[in-house]
Amino acid sequence: MIDMKTNYLGLSLPHPVMPGASPLIDDLDTVRRLEDAGAAAIVMHSLFEEQIELEEQNTIWSMEVHAEGYAEALSYFPRPDRFALGPEEYLEHIHRIKAAVAVPVIASLNGVSAAGWLRYGELIEQAGADALELNVYYVPTSTTETSERVEQRVLDILQAVRSRVRIPVAVKLSPFYSALPALGGELAQRGANGLVLFNRFYEPDFDIEALDVVPRLRFSDPDELLLRLHWLAILRPQLHISLAATGGIHSAKDAVKAILAGADAVQIVSALLQFGPAHLSKILRDLARWVEEHGYSSLDEMRGSLSLNRCPNPEAFERGNYMRVLQAWTGQNYR
Amino acid sequence: MTANTKTTATLDGNEAVARVAYKLSEVIAIYPITPSSPMAEWADEWATGGQKNLWGTVPRVIEMQSEAGAIAALHGAIQAGALATSFTASQGLLLMIPEMFKIAGELTPFCLHVAARTVATHALSIFGDHSDVMACRSTGFAFLCSASVQEAHDLACIAHVATLEGRVPFVHFFDGFRTSHEVAKIVALNDHDLRSLVPEAAVAHHRSRALTPDQPKLRGSSQNPDTYFQAREAVNPFYEALPGVVQETMNRFAMQTGRQYRLFDYFGHPQAERLIIAMGSACETIAEVVEELANRGEPVGLVRVRLFRPFSARAFLKTLPDTVRAIAVLDRTKEPGASGEPLYQEVVTALVDQWAEEFREKPLPRLSSGRYGLASKEFTPAMVKAIYRELDDRRARRRFTVGIVDDVTRLSLPVANEPEFEASEVWRGVFYGLASDGTVGANKNSVKIIGEHTPLWVQAYFVYDSKKAGSLTVSHLRFARRPIRSAYLIKQANFVACHRLSLLERQNLLEVAAPRATVLFNAPFAPEQLWEQLPLEVQQTAVERQLQLFTINAQALADRFGLGGRINTIMQTCFFQLANILPLEEALGAIKETIWATYGRFGKTIAKRNLDAVDAALEHLHPVPLGEVNARRHCQIPEVQDPRPFVRSVTAALIAGRGDELPVSAFPVDGTWPTGTAKWEKRNIALEIPAWDPQVCIQCNKCALVCPHAAIRTKVYPKDLLVSAPPSFLSIAYKGHEFPEHLYTVQVAPEDCTGCRLCYNICPAKDRTNPRHKALEMVPQAPRRDEERRNYEFFLKLPEPDRTALHLDVKTSQFLDPLFEYSGACAGCGETPYIKLLTQLFGDRLLIANATGCSSIYGGNLPTTPYTVNAEGRGPAWSNSLFEDNAEFALGMRLALDQLEAYARDLLQRLTPEIGQELTDALLMAEQNSEAAVVAQRYRVAELRKRLARMASPLAKTLSELADYLVKKTVWAVGGDGWAYDIGFGGLDHVLASGANVNILVLDTEVYSNTGGQQSKATPLGAAAKFAAAGKATPKKDLGLIAMAYGTVYVARVAFAARDQHTLRSFLEAESYPGPSLLIAYSHCIAHGYDLAFAGDQQRRAVQSGYWPIYRFDPRRIHKGENPLQIDMPQPRTPLSEFAYQETRFRMVEQLDRARFHSLLRQEQEEILRRFRLYEQIARLRLPQSGGEEPPGGPS
Repeated sequence: MIDMKTNYLGLSLPHPVMPGASPLIDDLDTVRRLEDAGAAAIVMHSLFEEQIELEEQNTIWSMEVHAEGYAEALSYFPRPDRFALGPEEYLEHIHRIKAAVAVPVIASLNGVSAAGWLRYGELIEQAGADALELNVYYVPTSTTETSERVEQRVLDILQAVRSRVRIPVAVKLSPFYSALPALGGELAQRGANGLVLFNRFYEPDFDIEALDVVPRLRFSDPDELLLRLHWLAILRPQLHISLAATGGIHSAKDAVKAILAGADAVQIVSALLQFGPAHLSKILRDLARWVEEHGYSSLDEMRGSLSLNRCPNPEAFERGNYMRVLQAWTGQNYR
Repeated sequence: MTANTKTTATLDGNEAVARVAYKLSEVIAIYPITPSSPMAEWADEWATGGQKNLWGTVPRVIEMQSEAGAIAALHGAIQAGALATSFTASQGLLLMIPEMFKIAGELTPFCLHVAARTVATHALSIFGDHSDVMACRSTGFAFLCSASVQEAHDLACIAHVATLEGRVPFVHFFDGFRTSHEVAKIVALNDHDLRSLVPEAAVAHHRSRALTPDQPKLRGSSQNPDTYFQAREAVNPFYEALPGVVQETMNRFAMQTGRQYRLFDYFGHPQAERLIIAMGSACETIAEVVEELANRGEPVGLVRVRLFRPFSARAFLKTLPDTVRAIAVLDRTKEPGASGEPLYQEVVTALVDQWAEEFREKPLPRLSSGRYGLASKEFTPAMVKAIYRELDDRRARRRFTVGIVDDVTRLSLPVANEPEFEASEVWRGVFYGLASDGTVGANKNSVKIIGEHTPLWVQAYFVYDSKKAGSLTVSHLRFARRPIRSAYLIKQANFVACHRLSLLERQNLLEVAAPRATVLFNAPFAPEQLWEQLPLEVQQTAVERQLQLFTINAQALADRFGLGGRINTIMQTCFFQLANILPLEEALGAIKETIWATYGRFGKTIAKRNLDAVDAALEHLHPVPLGEVNARRHCQIPEVQDPRPFVRSVTAALIAGRGDELPVSAFPVDGTWPTGTAKWEKRNIALEIPAWDPQVCIQCNKCALVCPHAAIRTKVYPKDLLVSAPPSFLSIAYKGHEFPEHLYTVQVAPEDCTGCRLCYNICPAKDRTNPRHKALEMVPQAPRRDEERRNYEFFLKLPEPDRTALHLDVKTSQFLDPLFEYSGACAGCGETPYIKLLTQLFGDRLLIANATGCSSIYGGNLPTTPYTVNAEGRGPAWSNSLFEDNAEFALGMRLALDQLEAYARDLLQRLTPEIGQELTDALLMAEQNSEAAVVAQRYRVAELRKRLARMASPLAKTLSELADYLVKKTVWAVGGDGWAYDIGFGGLDHVLASGANVNILVLDTEVYSNTGGQQSKATPLGAAAKFAAAGKATPKKDLGLIAMAYGTVYVARVAFAARDQHTLRSFLEAESYPGPSLLIAYSHCIAHGYDLAFAGDQQRRAVQSGYWPIYRFDPRRIHKGENPLQIDMPQPRTPLSEFAYQETRFRMVEQLDRARFHSLLRQEQEEILRRFRLYEQIARLRLPQSGGEEPPGGPS
């Protein structure tokens, strides 16, 4: 039997394959099915700062703004004692998942502001999460907001969380940093136990008839993996913290690539949403077969073998792709 | 808790009563009605939270389809051995009367709590008097009356105990609003108190009388002349014993609590010569005056009546001081034609019966009967003094009214115009706010804080607007070292708060300020700039009374902390700083506690923002020095320029808030009011109004269609009419081919717009180079007000296009004048666009029967009426009968129209030789199936009248009077889902079955909107509503399918903002269908819990998901060999969740119980698909054609 063991964020896992943050975990049954399918860990979707604030505000607004203003109707809604509006519901769900499955549970926190919100890191830890994925999802739109300030925001948030919790913390990043290795290094230095590469941006589409921008949820595409491979390969030799690949992993082949690039964990979302939790076991089987067929005795052997310092042509990572493709074509023609 | 522990509570009368009733009941069946609804809502809330009654079970709270249903369920419950209660008022109580006779006749313990409210007569009124209770006098119930919040709490207990002891059922009543809604500090009863008072033996006895097959017996027999009378008399001993039972209960209550009540309580000078006898909250005010006068040595007194029925003459006479010479009996009700009002009659009978026995030779005192306080008319100390003055006069009126000026029958007492009595040791504050800014809620919190943190007694009473949008609230708060009895509004405040500066534009709110009073403004100006922003009258008052002014820019602060328009906690903080009732630190601590209690249950964010705002508030509070009185602007309301003298005098006075000053002679004697008056209100409530960009506009007219207030309109008109247009009036060439060489304008009514943004959001026209810019943009109202006012005045003078030439579609329908405008409906209302469309299409021939509810309130709540007339003076005729009877009411109108038309046709035929065959034939045979045909018939009728005028016969005169009935008239029953699905369903069903040409428009908000969000049978599965707090577990009743089952009813389900063309077509088809029609109209509502500016999107989601399937069922198609049902939408193609997640009514269920929510959502999703399949199958059926297929079994 092939040794697929992996260490991710200090958690010792039987293999690197796990569902990424998604609404799949809302349903406890699905969570159990994911475990049955062999998931190495359960990654929860994020506790969203903005969404929770918005829901709270909307509920209060819609209940209050028309209240106490008209003699016949001093209110328009029942008045329950307590709403599960805040993070409480999320925290309870951590409890429920922990009780339902034996594998580690990685909770996720999505926030863009400082301390007030980040105390939820503590609560997540108290609720029993084994690790925390910090999802720093932020789109700078101002011409006066420098990349330095954007990066500082990430560092501040990590530091604030790190100082509050003892469980491992991973930082989930977007690919749009001008100096990702340096940022990764800084994060590692400030206590991040791992990086998750990458966040997928919510890219709105255009409705050309209505002249409108339409928010849209789209499944990932295996092509998106290439960007992840690229940066995993660059970061792997330089960072001694965990790296996870997420975005575009749909098959065992994709998982193999991610591991070859240096990933300690691979997170799958779109494929599971499309094909159901059982798809995870297929990926696992295929992965094991590939590893075996290719003569590796453990994943550690193959991890990072196509990273920047070990791959046969490192310039592939360092140069612009366009340049390389053009030269290759030219060379072939003149040979 | 021990028996001696006195705990105080600060609450309103409704809660005070509900607390006791809940503890002492097992079954609570209710139906919402103002002002009693909160009692039922409390009970539901406690039951939902699992609170137990005195016996350790959670009472079963059930909402019924009407009060008749509620009392019937309770009748069953008490017959089967349960302890039961309910809460009601007004028409609700009237609906219970038949069952009340039964319950009393069967001597069954039961207690009904009534927040006494006016019964609808010439008009509906939601306000308080005793006319409802008095209408039940003959039922055999006992009547116990409370005068204050404390009494309502205590007597609720006494009534529940006494009914068990005495077996006679009780109505426990107290004044609607004045007591039911007054917040006061009371000493609360605890479980121990209740337990020690409730007679367990009597409870057991009640249960032993229960119907049970284990000890079978029969009740409700039918009796004959040999038995009924004697059996009826058999109850007498119980009624004779009851006053003793009640007094005994009161005595035991006193032992337990220290608060002694008597059947009749005397208060006043020991040798009083002049007495007032009264019931209810008036007694508090009278007592206050009696104390003042008696202290000055005036021999005056008051007898409070607590047990009105059975009226104990003996106990009553024992209460009277033997020095009494003159008595005034006050009744808060009117019984036209009676020899005296009910209490007066009881008193007179008692005196005549018992006087000699008690007082021997002394002459009977002089007696007067007085009416006061109908429909919450203020009853003030000055009025009490007027009564005592009158009693001092040997020629005192035998019958009088007080509180109004009756210049017709001259019954009213003169009331001295003296400054109102206000005890100097009472702190008095008046707060003016907007409904949406949270002023009332903050004041309720403040009163609670002061009630709970200080030994002070507190009182708060709130006055609300009759409008639902942009409405004003006035809070009256009193604090004192002894219990407060002033059951009247504050006239001299030592603290005045004005929570929005623009409120001063119309009215000098500082008139209520006492000299040197403190005044707090929320104003968007620096302290040194504020003075010059105040109108002249306000400046004058401030200087004359040397007021101490303070200001804060609370809105800016609220914006800074992300609180939206909610300035409540900021203003509350300033109030505590200025009022200095509590040490500031303690006050701030208490405010913060309240914030946590209020917002903490939702989460931390909003609570935190409020806390931060509280901390920041005081540094932004600044004094405003008094300046010179030199403002150029005045407090004024726009002038009413109506040509009708009545409107200029009466309506104008009502708009100006001077209704109380109008004498009896000013009013119509039968409740008839002119229409077309809402246009004079000019409320100016919108902060932002739409501005039109003609270049971008695609002239679709959707903005006008969706506007709930007819405040944005479109017109197409010949170019030459533009000559006299104001310079800023916008127009552009009309794009349609039907009006060549015409201009087109979209115009806002700046002073009538509510700023709801529906038009702005629905507008599909975007600037191609900058799609963010649309043909409509929201812009600040104030800078554009004057200009747009002039533009709108010009716009209104432009003529309506020729209606007979229009090919009707959504666009052209909006060129028709709306005859329903500027109603008091909520901003963004989802009902009014349907009514407006109805008036645009058929307004000149329309009779509306309107069920009680939102639509009767915004449709007919004075001071003004939104229904109006067209250029010829025709327009909708409108009436509201009741809540439960509207379909039948409409049917009656139809029957009358048909009958009068038949009479006119008959006369026409009889007079044919004189009139002429050709005209007669044309009149009789006119089809009137189009606008043009109706107009043609009107011309014929005009011609007919000309000819009739030349004829001398009485028949010709009669026909001339009836001739208009030859022109088609359309009858519409309009109402909400509470009416159509619940309380009025029986009648609605009957009208559908009648085949009569009545159109029924159901404005389906899926909840009781007007009374505050109670579930109806139209509430969808999975939505939270009051009485379904955990989410309704059963699907919405399919009213359309029920109506289709008749096969003879035109049915359509519509959603105007999702499918406007379909809505229009359905209205036209329904009206043209010669039998009954039912339109079920999706009406978004504030009770759904989202920003109604986005109602267009939400309606689209409702239809696309199949949540609101749209269809038409037209029986006429059957005769053409077609299936009558047309589903006017494709298969549901979006998940229900996309619709449901947008609304708090659904999301709230998720927030309470996620698993339950998802299970309900799944069920509703399945239900949607199942229903759609069912409709599809019906729509695919091939029906046998009339005269076609043979019936089964072949020809007989």
